[in-house]
Amino acid sequence: MSFEPRIIGFLCNWCSYTGADLAGTSRMKYPPNVLTIRVMCSGRVDPGFILDAFRNGADGVIVCGCHLGDCHYVNGNHKCIRRIPLTKKILEGMGIPPERLRLEWVSASEGARFQEVITSFTNEIRNMGPMQLKEWKFDPTLETSHAALAGKE
Amino acid sequence: MAKPKLAIYWAASCGGCDIAILDIEEKILDVANFFDIVFWPCATDFKYDDVRKMEDKSITLTLFNGAIRSDENFEIAELLRQKSVVMCAFGSCAVEGGIPGLANFYDKESIMKYAYIQSPSTTNAESIYPQPETKVAEGTLRIPTLYNTVRSLGQTIEVDYIIPGCPPQSDQIIAVVTAVIDILQNGKPLPPKGTVLGATEKSCCDECKRQRNVKKIKKFVRPFSIKVDPDLCLLEQGIVCMGPATRGGCGAKCVNAGVPCRGCYSVPSNVRDQGAKMASALASVIDSIDPVEIQQIIDTIPDPLGTFYRFSLADSAIRRSQS
Ligand code: SF4
Ligand code: SF4
Repeated sequence: MSFEPRIIGFLCNWCSYTGADLAGTSRMKYPPNVLTIRVMCSGRVDPGFILDAFRNGADGVIVCGCHLGDCHYVNGNHKCIRRIPLTKKILEGMGIPPERLRLEWVSASEGARFQEVITSFTNEIRNMGPMQLKEWKFDPTLETSHAALAGKE
Repeated sequence: MAKPKLAIYWAASCGGCDIAILDIEEKILDVANFFDIVFWPCATDFKYDDVRKMEDKSITLTLFNGAIRSDENFEIAELLRQKSVVMCAFGSCAVEGGIPGLANFYDKESIMKYAYIQSPSTTNAESIYPQPETKVAEGTLRIPTLYNTVRSLGQTIEVDYIIPGCPPQSDQIIAVVTAVIDILQNGKPLPPKGTVLGATEKSCCDECKRQRNVKKIKKFVRPFSIKVDPDLCLLEQGIVCMGPATRGGCGAKCVNAGVPCRGCYSVPSNVRDQGAKMASALASVIDSIDPVEIQQIIDTIPDPLGTFYRFSLADSAIRRSQS
């Protein structure tokens, strides 16, 4: 079976969620891989939410907000635009390709843009394959495996 | 009446926590008077077998410092859990992995390879690794084996209370010990499981005396490269200070002395991941909305991951990718 990525999309209430709605009511087709979470502002997306999404099995995370200058709360997306590259730094340091996280601006009237963004991101993540994080469960029997050190180099 | 029994143990740690306990000066006599110290490898000569022979739940309190790095660490953690009524994770390494947890940026194999073969000071022409078991005439000798992943105490066994700090400050140790003695002596109820002792609920910034204004940063710097203003918030001067992502309780000793907070007191009560919290704190101080410039400013942060997770990597919300 081919790999179907699980993607979490954080959509801002005022622009991108409405944009996604427009894509839906206009019957535009896009891959069903994105589980959308409506937030009041892209500035509400704490880097911790993104790490939690990956930890809980997301293969990709996309954050969509209003274009710069259009924020309902004036400068919420200014925070977002600085948080995303910092969060990417964390991902990179953990050996996770930063491309698994994407930020896009989608306005309420850009249904077609939403369709396009989701389609391209889903394809990109599909090509990257599933995300594999180091084991979370503590299993002392697995941990003590001497295999790697059994012999000489 | 028999005295309550106390055990103090070090797993993967530097020994600083044990020294911090000795550092409570004359209060250590109260500890020795009130408790019967049954196990403390740093200061007393007891063997693991002495502990194994004790009855379950016969130790009233165990202060456990150090991360879980090897099978020996885990075995003794389990043993002490079984023998103790109250198990306290003492110090950053036990609480959140601490400095040993930084090893989680790598896997065991590459660490062993570097330490025993590649490091410039190593001569090991035959590439010999330490073997977990060695047969000698008298029998088989065993040495501890490293785990692939460093873990906090709470990630391996059940922990009752948490005392953060690298190491916990003496005044906080005194406060905790006095409170414990008071509880035991006067039959008071124990605090709820999971309580963080010897620290505050808020962040280190809350205890910091430096003056705060609106922060606007065009580049980050190391403290030695600028003339540091003694009264102004360090973050405002472009120095990455972990204060906003760190629990208070230490009295902000480092920042008040002119050194940026390194984050040793674990996370404030409303924060899950120290690095994520730091990312959002830094996002608010960077003075730009231009993606290119933002990236340039971020690239001036010296060692971002090692700074954001210096003490909490083992306990971070996200782990290293397997590949
Ligand atoms: S960031 Fe550091 S220097 Fe600034 S207020 Fe917080 S603890 Fe103090
Ligand atoms: S200021 Fe920060 S690094 Fe220094 S003792 Fe306090 S918590 Fe630890």
